[in-house]
Amino acid sequence: MVFFFLVLALAAAAPASAQRLGAESFTLDNGMQVVVAPNHRVPAVMQMVWYKIGGADDPLGKSGIAHFLEHLMFKGTAKNPMGKFSQAVAAVGGQENAFTSQDYTGYFQRVARGNLKEMMEFEADRMTGLVLSDDNVRPELKVVLEEWNMRVGNSPDARLGEQVAASLYLNHPYGRPVIGWRHEIETLDREDALAFYRRFYTPNNAVVVIAGDVTADEVKALAEKTFAKVPRVADTAPRLRAQEPPPAAPRTVMLADPRVAQPSLQRSYLVPSYATSKKDAEALEVLSHILGSGSTSRLYRALVVDQRVATNTGAYYQGSSLDASRFGVYAIPQPGVTFKTAETALDEVIADIVKSGVTAEELERAKTRMIADAVYAQDNQAALARWYGVALTTGSTVEDVLAWPDRIRAVTADAVRDAARTWLDRRRSVTGYLVKELPEEKRS
Amino acid sequence: MTAHMPIRSADRLPKIIARALLGASLLVAMAAPAAATKIERVRSPGGIEVWLVQETTVPLIAMDFAFRGGAGQDPADKAGLASFVAGMIDEGAGDLDSKTFHERLESKAIELSFTANRDHFTGSLRTLTENKDAAFEMMRLALNAPRLDAADLERIRSETLGILRRESTNPDNMASLRWWETAFAGHPYGRPVRGTLDSVSTITAQDMRAYMKGVFARDTLKVGIVGNIDGATAGALVDKVFGALPAKATLRKVAPADPQGLGRVIAIDFDVQQSVVMMGGVGIPRKDPDFMAAFLVNHILGGGAFSSRLYREVREVRGLAYSIYSTLVPLDSAALFMTATATRGESAKQTLDVVAKEIRRLAESGPTEEELAKAKSYQKGSFALRFDTSTKIAAQLVQIQIDDLGIDYIDKRNDLVEAVTLADVQRVAKRLLDGGMLVTMVGRPQPAPAKGG
Repeated sequence: MVFFFLVLALAAAAPASAQRLGAESFTLDNGMQVVVAPNHRVPAVMQMVWYKIGGADDPLGKSGIAHFLEHLMFKGTAKNPMGKFSQAVAAVGGQENAFTSQDYTGYFQRVARGNLKEMMEFEADRMTGLVLSDDNVRPELKVVLEEWNMRVGNSPDARLGEQVAASLYLNHPYGRPVIGWRHEIETLDREDALAFYRRFYTPNNAVVVIAGDVTADEVKALAEKTFAKVPRVADTAPRLRAQEPPPAAPRTVMLADPRVAQPSLQRSYLVPSYATSKKDAEALEVLSHILGSGSTSRLYRALVVDQRVATNTGAYYQGSSLDASRFGVYAIPQPGVTFKTAETALDEVIADIVKSGVTAEELERAKTRMIADAVYAQDNQAALARWYGVALTTGSTVEDVLAWPDRIRAVTADAVRDAARTWLDRRRSVTGYLVKELPEEKRS
Repeated sequence: MTAHMPIRSADRLPKIIARALLGASLLVAMAAPAAATKIERVRSPGGIEVWLVQETTVPLIAMDFAFRGGAGQDPADKAGLASFVAGMIDEGAGDLDSKTFHERLESKAIELSFTANRDHFTGSLRTLTENKDAAFEMMRLALNAPRLDAADLERIRSETLGILRRESTNPDNMASLRWWETAFAGHPYGRPVRGTLDSVSTITAQDMRAYMKGVFARDTLKVGIVGNIDGATAGALVDKVFGALPAKATLRKVAPADPQGLGRVIAIDFDVQQSVVMMGGVGIPRKDPDFMAAFLVNHILGGGAFSSRLYREVREVRGLAYSIYSTLVPLDSAALFMTATATRGESAKQTLDVVAKEIRRLAESGPTEEELAKAKSYQKGSFALRFDTSTKIAAQLVQIQIDDLGIDYIDKRNDLVEAVTLADVQRVAKRLLDGGMLVTMVGRPQPAPAKGG
């Protein structure tokens, strides 16, 4: 019963809003991008400030600093000391939070439309005005370590995930966990956080997305009075990270933990993202749906229904990332079924798509389901803001988001088969096994 | 319960880490008016009452409904039955086998989902307006003619067992199960909603049919619909879906109960870095005149935003936990007040002490005038956000009916918040927080001995 909040910028530069919605984007003189997505569903707005900085940008030896700084952004400024911003959000019954991924860090407030200006003022102030003292940094580091305990330490599954990512990325920082390696988190301090803040928190490295009951003209006027006044305090550089060499060997990792009561296996393939190859990404997105989304998917039909070797299985694709991304498959074997049996069945499903492709019905069904999300998005101002924010901080544009439904519609069966053939190659993959004890230990 | 949710774990989801989420009072229906939310009471030709919000700006329709009688109706040796039914009724119905049923949903992007909680069996539908007839027909089939084919039943059973095995060593789950089984020993609430490995293994199609026969009935049904649809059309659609169900439910009586074991601390030794702590005591029933005051007291203690006493003392000042919250849990047959957190082994005792001290301090001295004003301000402002998507509105329409608050509740609700006085919250803080708590704790409260070499 721990309710924590995972912002699911799920699968994709994601379902965009339909054309009828639209969004307007403009850039302030200080380089900050402003995106307005009018949606008059309710008289409220979602403000999200996104910085083009995330865990993959943590300096060597300082993994976790982007995420730690995100926590520290709530510690106040000279103008608005600690607690004042949160109290202002609470006073109007608003919601607020923040999140960090490999490529971006975001802060949001959901409030009635009349409170937008105040929220913009607060965000503008903390963009460059953060004040930190050891008195509030040190307890917050303990909080982050508790977060690590909760998300990673207490979860064998998450620890296997870390091992898989670290093995998949031989050179790119995506191999490091966003929350950081624990031994490095423990050493982070105020100076690290401020150095990172001063380098990356500047209007020319930020995008504000405002979705809701406003017009672009209204937001423009408010932005001129708030964000436009924030000085540019650092130059931005192209986001060049060390890239992956061509993968050459399938890898496997096995994580044993006495707490594992249900073994499972997962595999990640190194694949393109929307930012590195839009066409591949669109095909991979459709492929992931046909291969492993829900009970009509190929994997579920084969492993769970027909062969009964797994109790659950699926696939996913993380298309929104700045650099080479991951395509994942997983299976929970039935009791008594070996990993080998489950994995063979899984490989056969992939091999069949590589060989024979997908049917017209499968393709149509997947597209319909995916594109409908764009319509459902019109119901949810928060989801709208998230899609634009994720896209704009991972190398896509507002136009890309708007064109997404049409581009998905244009994906062909051949493209889906080719994507499977090219990218779901074992040599590009790491397979992780979660077990109660290592086989070696049994022998001893 | 959606039967085919991919298992959720950090490695399978985008690597995003959120700062925190404090306890939303998930079980509490605090309705709230968006200025535009106008509820119509529609009576269908077949006599079914529907609360309808006509919404023209979004091309979709959302429907939520609830029958009284959730997991509390599970026979003692069949815990998990209601949940199992929720996982099965979209696995083929009428002439459509499971595969065809799901393909038909997917090809029109129709979403159906079913859940059983302790007191209710609930369902949701979401569809594009243009597919409404097909969507309501699928819902009709699921509720009236589920097939429960043997192969599908075994498949969902094995999936459920896999989840139960997996959760059997999850410390949050362990703390929660032990809390409920201790606080409600011998009572239906003491049984796990999703059942146990043993009980789920024995559930049959016959058990499911008996459950549905008793629970799926028109007299306890509450329905809410939101979308671009008029009253006449909504009435015809609900008649189609629910009209053929029995007029009256046959429910086992779930006796009113108070949580037992207050004052006890149950420590479950388990080798994890972080100890999970769950505490619960007697709460305030939804119908109690003190409920709103209690709701504000809880907000001040650990209910919302980054400003509660527990958040400040446990997390912000001392760095003892990432997550800490408290909540009111008003069930049909018991009213509870609960709080939960998780902290590293060596600070478990300190954390418990801090939480206990804050509860005691609030019980003894009550909230301050300023805290009350802030809590009211938050609650009044946040109400609109509970109505900001069609899905959320539909859920609220059903919850307000379940809680029997009246169709004008949305308009009255903020006046009820405003009417709470400082004397009220001080009195209610004592009533709510002075009764003692049952604590379950999973972990290694003492630091593990250093490992040699």
